[in-house]
Amino acid sequence: MSIEIVNVGKRFGDFVALDEVSVSIPSGRLTALLGPSGGGKSTLLRIVAGLERADTGKVEIEGVDATGLPPQKRNVGFVFQQYAAFKHLSVRRNVAFGLEIRKRPKDEIRRRVDELLALVHLEQFADRLPAQLSGGQRQRMALARALAVEPTVLLLDEPFGALDAKVRKELRDWLRRLHDEVHVTTVFVTHDQEEALEVADEIVVINDGRVEQIGSPDELYDRPANEFVMRFLGPVTQLGDQLVRPHDLQLSTEGGDQAGLPGRVTRVTRIGFEIRVEVTADDGQTVTVTLTRNEFLALGIQADSAVRIRLAPNSPTTTATSPAQRAAAPSLAATH
Amino acid sequence: MTSTTLVPDRPAGNRRSAPGGLPLTRVSGLGLGVAMVWFSLLVLIPLAAVAVTASQGGWSGFWRTVTNEQTAATIRLTVGTALLVTLVNIVMGTLIAWVLVRDRFFGKRALEILIDVPFALPTIVAGLVLLSLYGPGSPLGVNIANTRIAVFLAFLFVTLPFIVRTVQPVLAELDPEVEEAAASLGSSRYTTFRRIVLPSLTPAIAAGAALSFARAVGEYGSLVLLSGNLPMRTEVASVRILSSIENDNPDSAAAVAVVLLAISLAVIVVLDAIQRRVMRRG
Amino acid sequence: MADRSIAARTQVGRRPGRYVLRAVVTAYLFFLVAWPLYLVGRNAFADGFTNLNDILGDPDVTHALRLTVVIAVTAVVINTVFGVGISILLVRYDFPGKRALNALLDMPLSVSPIVVGLALILVYGGRDGWFGPTLEAAGLQIIFAVPGMVLATVFVALPLVIREVVPILQEVGDEQEQAARSLGANALQTFRRITLPSIKWGVIYGVVLSLARSLGEFGAVKVVSGNVLGETRTATLVVEEKYLNFDKGGAYATAFLLALVAVACIIVVSVLRPKEDR
Repeated sequence: MSIEIVNVGKRFGDFVALDEVSVSIPSGRLTALLGPSGGGKSTLLRIVAGLERADTGKVEIEGVDATGLPPQKRNVGFVFQQYAAFKHLSVRRNVAFGLEIRKRPKDEIRRRVDELLALVHLEQFADRLPAQLSGGQRQRMALARALAVEPTVLLLDEPFGALDAKVRKELRDWLRRLHDEVHVTTVFVTHDQEEALEVADEIVVINDGRVEQIGSPDELYDRPANEFVMRFLGPVTQLGDQLVRPHDLQLSTEGGDQAGLPGRVTRVTRIGFEIRVEVTADDGQTVTVTLTRNEFLALGIQADSAVRIRLAPNSPTTTATSPAQRAAAPSLAATH
Repeated sequence: MTSTTLVPDRPAGNRRSAPGGLPLTRVSGLGLGVAMVWFSLLVLIPLAAVAVTASQGGWSGFWRTVTNEQTAATIRLTVGTALLVTLVNIVMGTLIAWVLVRDRFFGKRALEILIDVPFALPTIVAGLVLLSLYGPGSPLGVNIANTRIAVFLAFLFVTLPFIVRTVQPVLAELDPEVEEAAASLGSSRYTTFRRIVLPSLTPAIAAGAALSFARAVGEYGSLVLLSGNLPMRTEVASVRILSSIENDNPDSAAAVAVVLLAISLAVIVVLDAIQRRVMRRG
Repeated sequence: MADRSIAARTQVGRRPGRYVLRAVVTAYLFFLVAWPLYLVGRNAFADGFTNLNDILGDPDVTHALRLTVVIAVTAVVINTVFGVGISILLVRYDFPGKRALNALLDMPLSVSPIVVGLALILVYGGRDGWFGPTLEAAGLQIIFAVPGMVLATVFVALPLVIREVVPILQEVGDEQEQAARSLGANALQTFRRITLPSIKWGVIYGVVLSLARSLGEFGAVKVVSGNVLGETRTATLVVEEKYLNFDKGGAYATAFLLALVAVACIIVVSVLRPKEDR
């Protein structure tokens, strides 16, 4: 295990940012700390980097107790959401910074920087100032700068948060491929479940200063530990007292299969390739079902059709606790 | 921002006392200690010494000194003229800031530099400068030397930059869309200024006015050559303190100085309150 | 840059009111500052270069000028070190009494220079100051000597560097410093390589402003100097003395030199500053 976080607690005044958090982060993997803003995930990352001091608990990096070490002694690479580019230094000098601090020979620095600039595709921008780069380029520079010191672990705090959607997607793919090449233990913080599911080997879901679940993307999606994880990882709707995914629901018309909950279609909305059908069950509950266009056409339903709703076999479900929590969690609309 | 903001009088530092920041480390704690010792030796202890010296004669002694006919006259003249000058500055300073931000014309850059001259110019030179236009042998044919107008003029000169430089950055950052919105809702230019622009400038104007008032009350150098320092007529508080010092009467010097310090302190408190209000408003 | 766009957007029509305002402001500044300032220059050169040559040939005056520069430079160095240090403490750290300190640091801006001088005499005066006799017994005279003049000058110019540096430190934020720390830089390396370059312009403005203020300090220095001819007399004191002794030419010439430096300082700052905004 590369990073061992044991019973780490942190308060800011009365606010409990982290409540006795314990996580083991595996070596050589790409791990995401996923959760809503203010949930404590960035604080945890900053504690690992030494930029923030834990009130209680212990942090071990590759077997070394790092709890009391200042950031400059931890040999971690840290990438900030806002890049933290050294504005007065050229791209090359930015990347070389950590090596210059370590007093490496000049030609070694030059060689290493050239390698890294090639790795992040910034060779032709070496002599520019950060202000002359785009956001995505600046973030790649920040990554090269963090990698230059050959860190034990690479920590990224919402690395793509300040970028627009398209660049974000590109950099996400690129980070995944980079990690497959470099294999440095990497931890990144994100509030975007899609980003975590797509990029990470391992996801730690953090909410309200506590770890909700740790697992691979598949484990988390297929076997959510609780209602929070279920809601946070994707759209949900309530069927009886179960939370289910709208696309795990199947509809059948009268006359067909008689299994499932009877109801009536109250609204049909088309969003591109997907059809969202709102069904009001006979007991008054409103259930959302998403279908593909072809499924929808095959069923031949419209508003006011009588239908039955059934859950596809082996679909993940969790028990819905209180309806009040429903409003707080990401709603169906927000995740689209 | 194109203004040169030479004068350190904008309500800056409104975020500098914002809560947060790291707890002190060993090195920074030591640094703070050294800085505090220096600041105490230079500023706090000497100012405390003024207060202590003033209080040595007891309240009645203090009161007798500051209500002495000649002393009271200097305080009245100083505070009264400073108030008058501050009022003029509120109007003229806001007007100048407005023109510098909203207008464009040849020579504006030169005006920008002129605004800062009174701040950088040695006060004794400022007095001489005013004397050359408004004193004996004036090309304008006026001679206000040794009159109360001279005191007014000197105060006006040395306080010129304060309100201009506090208002200017705030005005430059005002979102013109807000004014456009007001106009689109049928507000006239004057109404827009009075109801939309002026309220957002008020904290800056107040901060500048407070500094301008404090500066005027403590002014000395520009008056030396200009006002003649005639007792009961053109003598200001600072001059009175100086003559007490020169007559080897530190107790009465300290008593008058305490009055001026109280005004300075009040200004600091006002500024702090304004900054806090601006900060809350975001 | 900002004011250009605002001017363009809010002054679409060419209204007569605009010209009236422009004329009022220009006239006000002309009569209050520009014309008087010009007259000092003209009076200084009323007899050609005679006045200037006279004062530059007077060893008392040249000594005063040298002393002025020495005191001002010393004060600026002290205020720069103190100012940068205290700015970092105020912006980056949290400690009890921060708000009070922050407010008190502005105090020198609103205290009368005469009160500054009095306060220093009461503490450091050689005869009956609080610390003065002890210090004098140890061979260190402060009041009526150069150290007191330096103290007075440091006092009046104290907040200038702080007021320039603090907003820049806040604007820059601490992320670059954190990044430097995570890359292995210690506190000193971080300060020298990251913090200092990013506040460079603020420090430069602060230094220029402090220099202008320090060269021109009059009241506080007058009180603590004792004005000993050829020893503790500065340039501003020369102006006063020459004028009162009816050597108006000399007074104007010295005043002209001081004004020249002051205006040069303003121009330097106003030329430098927009560059940073670009």
